[in-house]
Amino acid sequence: MDGGVSAPVILFAAIFTNNILLVNFLGMCSFLAISKDLKSSIGLGLAVTFVMTCTTGLNYVVNTFILIPYGLEQFRFIVFIIVIAAFVQLLEMIIERVSPLLYVVLGVFLPLITVNCAILGVCLFMIIRGYSFLQCIAFGFGGGVGWWLAIVAMAGIRERMKNAPVPKALAGPGITLIVAGLMALSFMAFSGMIQMQ
Amino acid sequence: MANQSQDSMAILGKALWEENPVFRQILGICSALAVTNLMVNTAIMGLSLIFVTAMSGATVSALRKITPARIRMMVQVLIISFYVIVVDIVLKAHLPDISRALGPYVGLIITNCIIMGRCEGYARSNPVWPSLVDGAANGLGYALVLLGVAFIREVLGFGSVFGFTVMPAGFTRWTIMVMAPAAFFVLGTFLWVANTFAPAKEKK
Repeated sequence: MDGGVSAPVILFAAIFTNNILLVNFLGMCSFLAISKDLKSSIGLGLAVTFVMTCTTGLNYVVNTFILIPYGLEQFRFIVFIIVIAAFVQLLEMIIERVSPLLYVVLGVFLPLITVNCAILGVCLFMIIRGYSFLQCIAFGFGGGVGWWLAIVAMAGIRERMKNAPVPKALAGPGITLIVAGLMALSFMAFSGMIQMQ
Repeated sequence: MANQSQDSMAILGKALWEENPVFRQILGICSALAVTNLMVNTAIMGLSLIFVTAMSGATVSALRKITPARIRMMVQVLIISFYVIVVDIVLKAHLPDISRALGPYVGLIITNCIIMGRCEGYARSNPVWPSLVDGAANGLGYALVLLGVAFIREVLGFGSVFGFTVMPAGFTRWTIMVMAPAAFFVLGTFLWVANTFAPAKEKK
């Protein structure tokens, strides 16, 4: 339904106005768990961006050239999750061989990513919205960057919050959710810039 | 038999309050936030989740002796995906409107950490019947919290409950409640209240 929207617009929208974390709530679990620490947040965000860009492209190809011609759309969920899991596994092996340094930075986060709902969510969204290949890549990359931006911002806020007098019962996930709400509110300020959906 | 039903009750109590998957373990938040703008959607989502958690718990448990440990995660994901596809087909056939409203979030049940968590943490090492009860109870605990969040958002955002108007005619709708940030605020407040009345045990 967004056939006429160009890829750069989708890229921008996925980062700001339709941030997958703050508007579509994808990838909350790892967001809440990892955003305690700024360094891990940056690493995880990079890994998510990379995997998301590649898997949206892969899944688009699989969906267009295998699932639709053979009428297997109903098995989309299983196929997508297998593609994601296989890609992550492969990536882990390649990185380990090629760049031990990168492996130290990204390696620990890779297994986590298979069950990160943001990856599967982005793949399902792009199918529902009927994006073309280029639009899918833009959406995947933008979604990843948006997620990275949100988790790094949250990690920065949480580092500061360690010194703030948060009520004991609210500390931890509770206050994180409320801060995320405030962040979502401020991201809504972008929403007038692009009309999407 | 009496002993067994007692065990079931214990599992249920644990899942609903003491170890409620949303309050205590902060699992499955993604869909908790996304589908709670209307109570009808939330109820359907809750029922789907109860079904998937219970059935995949039972299946994982039934196959636990013949599943090689190395590939068990993959096997679990496949079992869960299978039940999610069943739910998806049923929703599309009987409730097309709700299926459209839930959109990708039906598929995202696969990556809902509650189900994986129960399969990995309970069903893998327990008999079939308790695993089924445990899955259903955890699904129920999740569904109830979601309904609570959805209730607040729908009453304030649309002035209605399950689509029936309950607020007086002059009631001004809180538009913010329909939008994304309110989901964070309401769930955050829920966690606050839950932790105030029953502080979580200190974990180190």
